[in-house]
Amino acid sequence: MKLAHRMYAGPAHIGTLRVASSFRNVHAIMHAPLGDDHFNVMRSMSERERDFTPVTASVVDRHVLARGSRDKVVSNISRKDEEQRPDLIVLTPTCTSSILQEDLQNFVDRASLYSESDVILADVNHYRVNELQASDKTLEQIVRHYLDRAREEGSSNQSLTDAPSANIIGISTPGFHNQHDCRELKRLLRESGVSINQIIPEGEFLRNLKDLPRAWFNTVPYREMGLMAATFLEKEYGMPHLSTTPIGISNTADFIVQIEKLLNLWAPVLLRKKLNYDLYVENQTKFVSQAAWFSKSIDCQNLAGKEAAVSGDATHAASITKILVGEMGIRVSCSGTYCKHDAERFNEQVRGLCDEVIITEDHTEVGDTIARIEPSVIFGTQMERHIGKRIDIPCGVISSPVHIQNFPLGYRPFLGYEGTNQISDLIYNSFNLGMEDHSLDVFGGHDTKGISTKSLSTDKKNIDWAPEAESEPKRIPGFVRGKIKRNTEIFAKQNNISEITVDVTYAAKERSSP
Amino acid sequence: MKTPETPAFECETGNYHTFCPISCVAWLYQKIEDSFSLVVGTKTCGYFLQNALGVMIFAEPRYAMAELEEGDISAQSNDQKELEKICLQIRDDRNPSVIIWIGTCTTEIIKMDLEGIAPKLERQIGIPIVVARANGLDYAFTQGEDTVLAAMAHRCPEYKWCETNSKRQDQSGRIRVNTTSNNKITSQKSELTGSNLVLFGSLPSSVASQLNSELKRQSILISGWLPSQKYDELPGLGGDVYVCGVNPFLSRTATTLMRRRKCQLIGAPFPIGPDGTRAWIEKICSVFNIKPDGLEEKENRIWKNIEDYIRVVTGKSVFFMGDNLLEISLARFLIRCGMIVYEIGIPYMDRRYQAAELLLLQHTCIKMKTPVPRIVEKPDNYGQVQRMHELKPHLAITGMAHANPLEARNIDTKWSVEFTFAQIHGSGNARDILELVTRPLRCKGGLTSGSRSLSKQTTII
Ligand code: SF4
Repeated sequence: MKLAHRMYAGPAHIGTLRVASSFRNVHAIMHAPLGDDHFNVMRSMSERERDFTPVTASVVDRHVLARGSRDKVVSNISRKDEEQRPDLIVLTPTCTSSILQEDLQNFVDRASLYSESDVILADVNHYRVNELQASDKTLEQIVRHYLDRAREEGSSNQSLTDAPSANIIGISTPGFHNQHDCRELKRLLRESGVSINQIIPEGEFLRNLKDLPRAWFNTVPYREMGLMAATFLEKEYGMPHLSTTPIGISNTADFIVQIEKLLNLWAPVLLRKKLNYDLYVENQTKFVSQAAWFSKSIDCQNLAGKEAAVSGDATHAASITKILVGEMGIRVSCSGTYCKHDAERFNEQVRGLCDEVIITEDHTEVGDTIARIEPSVIFGTQMERHIGKRIDIPCGVISSPVHIQNFPLGYRPFLGYEGTNQISDLIYNSFNLGMEDHSLDVFGGHDTKGISTKSLSTDKKNIDWAPEAESEPKRIPGFVRGKIKRNTEIFAKQNNISEITVDVTYAAKERSSP
Repeated sequence: MKTPETPAFECETGNYHTFCPISCVAWLYQKIEDSFSLVVGTKTCGYFLQNALGVMIFAEPRYAMAELEEGDISAQSNDQKELEKICLQIRDDRNPSVIIWIGTCTTEIIKMDLEGIAPKLERQIGIPIVVARANGLDYAFTQGEDTVLAAMAHRCPEYKWCETNSKRQDQSGRIRVNTTSNNKITSQKSELTGSNLVLFGSLPSSVASQLNSELKRQSILISGWLPSQKYDELPGLGGDVYVCGVNPFLSRTATTLMRRRKCQLIGAPFPIGPDGTRAWIEKICSVFNIKPDGLEEKENRIWKNIEDYIRVVTGKSVFFMGDNLLEISLARFLIRCGMIVYEIGIPYMDRRYQAAELLLLQHTCIKMKTPVPRIVEKPDNYGQVQRMHELKPHLAITGMAHANPLEARNIDTKWSVEFTFAQIHGSGNARDILELVTRPLRCKGGLTSGSRSLSKQTTII
């Protein structure tokens, strides 16, 4: 048992539902108690989805506890089959079904005898995987299911498309800026002369999956969803995949270099020429993206050496860290991710870029680290945004968990060349707001707040501040105040001083100044 | 008077969308200021709370999850030890006066003996622990509050006549000073007042005091609320105590108060809308043998006051999909406002606890010359959407899972959850209810009205 207030990644079934409801005409039936269909609310509210979320529950109630789901699941499946004729029904287990240990596979087998729709049981275990791992797994399961079947039926088509083409794997509903990223990625590929074969799961019909192997290669923009499917396709169909995320100038350039390499495996044979994208990359970097110029401009020089903390999913946290350090000269004191399952790779990616790597699912640990480091800015999730609010540090949101604000109506990709512009704005604005605040402080501003303690976890302090001394740190500009206050307290502790007077603050200051 | 047409009850499949009852922690921790709620459940429960309560979760709420891990499920770890560790941490960090354990589906299924462990831990850590099983296997949304209040009813002290009697003297003394208009009657009444009346149901304190003062105007002083603002201010209960509910979803609490605490239940319609509020007060007055004073004028005044809103809603039709058990009372009020109710969906219908409310609904229908709407228990959302397709109501009162899709199909919607959080009780808040109901009717998006559906799906719904 562990005490928890909030979490980064959701439970496993959310991942399955994300994949199922992203495909076209797929219905998910959750084996769950009444009240667990909150996914529908999230999708309908945050994404402002116009259509009914294709998720229903086969409700687990007292009767089910007493007698088992017996025919209930089967009849719910047949009912959905008749009502809406989905191509596929995905029976989705939840934490409840994990402990009931009913033979859901058996229900699925029985139901598929009668229903026109295909029926599968999502192969995810609540206690073993989280939302992201489950989404990855379910996507692979569905792809495998339909490709295996196509192979059996002899309808699979593995002949490469004439012109270079790619699949985009891992674009899904409520994903962080997924729709915009997808559009930008399509553009990036198109401009490199690559057409899109398929995009899964978002908006694709299952009957088309049999043509997945026709693409020359797969791209997996986010490490969190799609890698398993891509690996399966690589193993079974020999399709190479690109798992570089084109976020930031250098990553995007790297991405295109890799495309070039992949295409040139076939291009000399199929297209009778070798491709070269050097010029494209140069032009895009110089003229489409403003980020390269921005990092040279005076604005950005002002940011050099400033401290930042980064936290998010593995894809975004690693890319943003790279951008901050490599492209803007900002110091990243700490970079972290909640994707524990991808820790090794994350470490590898940010090695040498930051002072400290923190891999945890515990948001208080992240909060405490940030409070201790006191960076000038945070790039994180909605959680970090709120941590920032509490300790007066600006925060740019770069990763899920998402909030309705992360579904802007306007075009806001993180990927590709337009993405680099968006990210530069995000980074610059976060710092800029912080600086404005501070200059207000320096020039006397409108600061009437008390001292922020800048500690998040409740830790009982036994040092008192004398009232006159209390007002002393208020004269110090906000952005260094927390540090000075804490140094004073450390000084007091070291010297066994139980009450901090004005004199003590001066003494501490003298001691700590170089 | 001709006997009213009795409402037709139907029961469907129970395939409907609602909030999990653990959501009650959201408002209960705010109501009971010195409490801490601990939800003993899984990531599923935690994720739901985090998303459903959105902003609140970031404001250092006094609730948390005890998240069960695989070891807890396979009974490898000792539940009592684990809970002890967590509760000690809560005590040290927050020092609450009471910890409320919310049991969930998982604790039910693995039969974790929360009720057995609580008294032991309570002695050990010195903080009362109240156990409520508010899970999705048994209950819907607001019924969560019902389970918590029922559990809390056991913790109320025994009612002592003499103690409150002296308090009453003091209070009725003040009343005499306050109401000088009709001195004789007031003083006479205050002799009769029932200071042994306890109201149950969690309301924001401003709404609670509005109801208090409405009763006070009839010279009825209440001796307390369940729940109270602070845990150690829980009201005394016992055989001499009358109790009356303010919300329609409190049937377990009512039963517990009657059976276990021997209180006498006043079955009244609920104080929602001016009509409901008046009927509620009248019923309470009748129990205490008081002739209500000035109620009719007051009600009329309020109706007059909301005429502008009534003009908007009169003749419009409404469809309750059903998810929070306030539906009967709201429908009754809206019918009185001149609306036509096609269907009242409701998760669970306790016909005994809601008897007076149902009767008022029937009378209201007669009065307004509309047929009594069908009441659908455990509704089936899919079927409802099909019915709505035919009926084309002006307004659907529905959960957030359906709101946007219905809007895209040109059916105006009002999220039902808002009624749970808005202030809707007492005659003073009638405007607020109508404010909510008319908002979608008033703010017609100019772009789409009259145009075709904005849904992307081609098949029918
Ligand atoms: S329905 Fe059960 S498992 Fe789901 S959130 Fe509610 S208590 Fe938790």
